[in-house]
Amino acid sequence: MDSSNLFLLMLALGAVAFYIGRGRSLAVATPLGGIRHLHSLPNYYGLNALLWCALPSLIILVLWLIFDEPVINGIVMGSLPADLAPLTTADYNLLLNKISNLADGIMSSKGQPASLIAVADSMAGLRVISQWVLTALCLILATIGLYWGWYKIAPDFRARQSVEKVMENLLLGCACLAIFTTVGIVFSVLFESIQFFRSVPFFDFVFGLDWSPQTAIREDQVGSSGSFGAVPLFVGTLLISAVAMFVAVPIGLMSAIYLAEYSSKSVRTYAKPALEVLAGVPTVVYGFFAALTVAPFLRDLGADFGLTISSESALAAGLVMGVMIIPFISSLADDVITAVPQAMRDGSLAMGATHSETVRRVVIPAALPGIVAGVMLAISRAIGETMIVVMAAGLAAKLTANPLESVTTVTVQIVTLLTGDQEFDSPKTLAAFALGLMLFTVTLLLNIFALHIVKKYREQYE
Amino acid sequence: MKEATAATKTAKDSKSSPKQNLEVDQAQVTVGNRFCENPKMSMRDVNVFYGDKQAIYDVSVDIAKNEVIAMIGPSGCGKSTFLRSLNRMNDTVDGCKVEGEVLLDGDNIYHKNLDVVELRARVGMVFQKPNPFPKSIFENIAYGPKIHGLADSRVDLDEIVEGSLKKAGLWEEVKERLHQPGTGLSGGQQQRLCIARAIAVSPEVILMDEPCSALDPIATARIEELIEELSQNFTIAIVTHSMQQAARVSNRTAYFHLGKLVEVNPTEQVFTMPEHQLTEAYITGRFG
Amino acid sequence: MSNSMDNLQKIKNSLKRRSRSETRFRLYGRVAIAIGLAAVLALFVDIVSKGHGAFKATYIQVDVHYDADLLGITSLADESQLMQANWDALTKSALRNKFSEVSGRRDKRQLYKLLSNGTGFDLKEHLVVNPLLLGETESKWLLADDDIDTYYKSWLEGEPYDARLSKKQVEWIDQLHQQGHIRLQLNTNLLTRGDSREPEQAGIYGAVMGSLLTLMLTLMLSFPIGVAAAIYLEEFASKNRFTDFIEVNINNLAAVPSIIFGLLGLAVFINFFHVPRSVPIVGGLVLTLMTLPTIIITSRAAIKSVPPSIREAALGMGASRYQVVLHHVLPLALPGMLTGAIIGMAQALGETAPLLMIGMVAFIVDIPQGFTDPATVLPVQIFLWADSPERAFIEKTSAAIMVLLSFLLIMNISAVWLRKRLERRW
Repeated sequence: MDSSNLFLLMLALGAVAFYIGRGRSLAVATPLGGIRHLHSLPNYYGLNALLWCALPSLIILVLWLIFDEPVINGIVMGSLPADLAPLTTADYNLLLNKISNLADGIMSSKGQPASLIAVADSMAGLRVISQWVLTALCLILATIGLYWGWYKIAPDFRARQSVEKVMENLLLGCACLAIFTTVGIVFSVLFESIQFFRSVPFFDFVFGLDWSPQTAIREDQVGSSGSFGAVPLFVGTLLISAVAMFVAVPIGLMSAIYLAEYSSKSVRTYAKPALEVLAGVPTVVYGFFAALTVAPFLRDLGADFGLTISSESALAAGLVMGVMIIPFISSLADDVITAVPQAMRDGSLAMGATHSETVRRVVIPAALPGIVAGVMLAISRAIGETMIVVMAAGLAAKLTANPLESVTTVTVQIVTLLTGDQEFDSPKTLAAFALGLMLFTVTLLLNIFALHIVKKYREQYE
Repeated sequence: MKEATAATKTAKDSKSSPKQNLEVDQAQVTVGNRFCENPKMSMRDVNVFYGDKQAIYDVSVDIAKNEVIAMIGPSGCGKSTFLRSLNRMNDTVDGCKVEGEVLLDGDNIYHKNLDVVELRARVGMVFQKPNPFPKSIFENIAYGPKIHGLADSRVDLDEIVEGSLKKAGLWEEVKERLHQPGTGLSGGQQQRLCIARAIAVSPEVILMDEPCSALDPIATARIEELIEELSQNFTIAIVTHSMQQAARVSNRTAYFHLGKLVEVNPTEQVFTMPEHQLTEAYITGRFG
Repeated sequence: MSNSMDNLQKIKNSLKRRSRSETRFRLYGRVAIAIGLAAVLALFVDIVSKGHGAFKATYIQVDVHYDADLLGITSLADESQLMQANWDALTKSALRNKFSEVSGRRDKRQLYKLLSNGTGFDLKEHLVVNPLLLGETESKWLLADDDIDTYYKSWLEGEPYDARLSKKQVEWIDQLHQQGHIRLQLNTNLLTRGDSREPEQAGIYGAVMGSLLTLMLTLMLSFPIGVAAAIYLEEFASKNRFTDFIEVNINNLAAVPSIIFGLLGLAVFINFFHVPRSVPIVGGLVLTLMTLPTIIITSRAAIKSVPPSIREAALGMGASRYQVVLHHVLPLALPGMLTGAIIGMAQALGETAPLLMIGMVAFIVDIPQGFTDPATVLPVQIFLWADSPERAFIEKTSAAIMVLLSFLLIMNISAVWLRKRLERRW
C-alpha cells in the first residue's frame, strides 16, 4: 500500500481506537454508577487506546520510510554482476540513478543490456516486498496496540497518568530537538571536515596563505593543483567585518544614547521602529543595494578623487553590512542603558554634572559590559553574513588590509564551492565544510562569551 | 537642642478633646517663625505641580546659614518634592512645574540665566538609598572635582579626596582600600561615601532626603553625629520621617501637611509646644 | 581644602566649555539617528525608483492577420495542430506589413527582434479563446522585446540607453512613437508568470508559490514543535543541568549564521536521508530548524507572562499540570505565541543563504504545485536575477524586492496589530 495511504489508515485506526476505548470505559463505568467511579475521564481511556494503537505503527512507518531506500540501494548495488560494477563515485551514482529510473518505469528498457534490466527488476521487486512488509507490520502493530489499549481499560486504570506520561515524553522530545540540531550541525560539519583534513593537512589549511581551490576533474588536467590555505579568507572576512563595525558601532551606540537619554517621547516612538526596519530587511536586498548602487557609486566617487576603488570593494560590502548591523547594536545598547538605575543618574546630576558628563562618565561605564557583549554578538553576525558579501564582494582571495580592494570571505567561498557541479567527495566540496567548521567554532565562542557577559552583568543589578 | 526628647509623643497627651476636623484648609496660614535675616536660601510662594496634580501649595520659608532644618510630615506630604525643588532636581522629572521664587544668596535659582550645573555644585544632595557609582572609592569622591575642574593636579585631587573622606568620618576605614569598588562597602559606609562625595565639591548647602531610612540604628547614629559636625561648615536641610531624628539633629523643624507648610519653629518648641493643631496631631501620633 | 570662593570661580570658568561639550554630544546623537534614518530612506527610494517601472511594459501595436494557411492549421480543436503551428509567422508577417519598406535578411532579423519571442504563444492563447478570429485581421498591442522596453523607458525619461539596439531599430521606434503605435501599458507578467530567460516574460509567480509552500511546511513543523518545547521548558522541566544545557543550545542556535544550517541540510537531509534537492520539503526542513529557536524563545516569553495566580487557581481546583497548561496557560499565551510565529515566518521568508546550499538555485520555469515539485523561493529568485547581465532584469529584480518587502511589511504589521489587539493587562 502507498505510504501516504498507509499513514492515513494509521490515523483512521487511531480514531477508531479512541472511540472504542472511550466506549468501553463508559460501558465499564455504567454498572458501577457513573463515570466518577473511573479513575480518569473517558476521553483519557480513549486517548490511551489511540496512542497505543497509532504511535508505535507511526514510528515504524517514519523510520521505514527514512531507511528503506538506502537499504534497498545498498542491497542492489552490493550484488551487482561484475560487468556492471562502477569505477568511480560519479559512475556509482549515475548507475544507481539509471537502475532506479528503470525500476520506476520512467526510463524505457528498450536497448538496455539484459543484466541491467534484471538488476532493475530485482530492485523493483525489493521495493514491492518492502511496501508489503511495511503495511503488514503497521497493521499488526496497530491491532496489537488497539487490543492492548482496550484490554487495559478498568475503573482503577490510571489512564490519565499514562497519557500524560506519553505527552511529557513527546514534549521532551521536541525540546531535545534543539540539542539534536546542534549535534547534527557539529557532526555533519566535523565529519566532512575530518575527511577534508585527510587530503589537506590542518596546518596548511589554517595557516596557508594561498587559496585557489582548483582540483583535477580528470587525471590529466593541467594547472589543477589546489591549494587550500584559508588565511586570505580569514583576513578578508575580518576586513569587511571591521569596516562594518566602524560604521555600526558609533552610529548604533550614539543613536541608542540619544534615544534613551535625550529624545522626547514622540521622537522615540517614531525613530526607534524606523531604525528597527533596517533589521527586518532581508540580506539579499542589502546585497542588491550594495552591488548595484553603493559599489558603482563608490567606484565613481573614487575616480573623481583619483583613487582606484574596485567595483567589488570591501568598502562597499562593509558599509552596507554596517548599516544592516546598526539596529542590532542600537537595540542591545538601548536595553542595557535603560537598565542602569535612575539613582545613579540622579547621584551624578545632583552633583552638578551635565547630562552628557553623566552619560559619558557614569551611565556608559556602568552599561559597558552589556555594550561589549552586544558588539561581540554584532561581530559574530558580521562574520557569518553571507548574501551581502556574495553579491557585493569578490571571489578572488587576496591578502590585503586595504578596504578599497576586492577581497573574498569565508562565507562567499562556502557558497561558491557548494553551488557548482561537484560530486560530494571532492576536496573542493569538503573544503566548504572545513570552512564551515571554522565559522561555526568562532561564532559559537563569540556567542557563548557574549551571553556569559550579559548574564553576569544582569546579576549585578538584580 | 538635640537631646533626645523621648517625651515627644507624650508631650501633649491626647486629651479627650472632640475629634477635630483636620482639614487641610485649616492650614491656611503657616505659623511659627519662617523667616530670618540674611537667609542662605529662601522660598517665596512656591507651588510645585506634577502635570495637573499640585504637590506643594504656596510655601514660603527661609533657611539660615549653617543651620540644620528638618522637614517632617506624613508620607506623601511633599517633603521630598520640596527638597528637590531646592536644587532643581525636579527638572529631571517629566511634567514637573515649579512656580514662585527660590533664592540662593539672593539669586533666583529658577531664573533662565542661571546654570543649573553651578547651582548643583553649590547645593549638594544625599539620597535616601546610597547610590555610589560603580567605580572605586577614590573615583567616586574624585568625580565631582574632576568634572568641575577643581583640582589642578593629582596631588590636589588626592588632598580633596582625603579631606572629604575625613570630614565624612570614613577616612580611617577606607584609606587602605581607596581603589576598591565603592559598592563593596556596607550600607552605612556607602551613605557616608555619598556624603563625602557631595562634600568634595565644597557645596554651601547640603540637602538630605531621608538619608538614614535604609540604614541600621548604629549607622544611623554615626550619620547623625556627622550631621552635627558638618553643620559647622554647611547649611543642611534634612527630610526625615522620624520625629526622633528631627528632634536629635535639627535647629528648626518644618511640618508639612498634604503639600502645605503648616508650621516652622525651633525644634524643641515644635516637639513640646506645637503652635498648630495639625502639628500637634501629627506628633502625638493621631495620624501619619 | 580650597577656599569655597576659589572653587566657585573655578566652577564658573568651566561652565562654558562644558556647555559646548554638551551641545556637541547632543549633536552627535542627532547626527547618528539622522544617518540611520537616511540609510533606510536611501534604500527604499533606490529600490522603488529602480523597480516601479517594472509594472508597465512597452507594447507595440500591429495588425495581426490570423492566416490559417500561414499557421498551417485547419481545425482549432486539434491539439497536435495547435502545438505544431508556426505562431511566430503571425507576428513576423504583422511586422513586415507594418514596415513594408524593410528588405534584406539582416534588416528583417532586426525587425523581428522588436517583439518579444513569447508573443506567438500569446496569440495562440488568444485565438483558442476567440476561434472566430481565424482568417480575420485585428489590431493588437503586442509585448515588445526587453531591449526595446529598456530603450523606450530610458528614452522617455530623457537618458536613452541604446547600446543594445541598431540604428535602424532606433529609427523604427521613433517612427512608431510618432504614429502612436508604441506605448507603456500595465503588464502583469511579473506577478503572474514564472521565471524565464527573457526578461520581459519573467515573473515571480513561481517563486512566490515556492515560498508559500516552503513557509507553509515550516510553519506546520516549527510551530507545534516550538510550542511543545517551550511548554516543556517552562512548565515541566526541573531546574537541572540538562535543562540548562538545552537552554544554552537554543540560545546559541538562535545566533548561528544561517549558512551553517545550509551545510547541515546538505550533509544530513540531502546526503544522508536522500531528500530530493530543490523541493519545498528540504527547504521547509532547513527553515524549520532555523526558526525553531526563535519560536521557542518567544513562546517561552509568552508563557512566562501568564501570571502564576491563574495556574495556582487551577491547580487548587484539582487540575493536573497538563490540564492547567492545556486549558488555562496555553489559551492565554497563544496571542504572544502567534505573534512570535508570524515574526519567525517573516524572518524565514527573507532567508536566502541556506536555501542556496540545498539546491534551490535551479532555473525553474514551471509553477510548483506541491511539496515535491522543484521550486525556488522569492529571495533566491531575486538573487538569481541580480546576477543577470540584462539591464531589464535590474528593473524586475527591484520590483521583486518591492513585492518581497510588501509581504514582510504586511506580516510585521499583522504581528503588531495582533499583539495590540489581544494584549491583556494583568
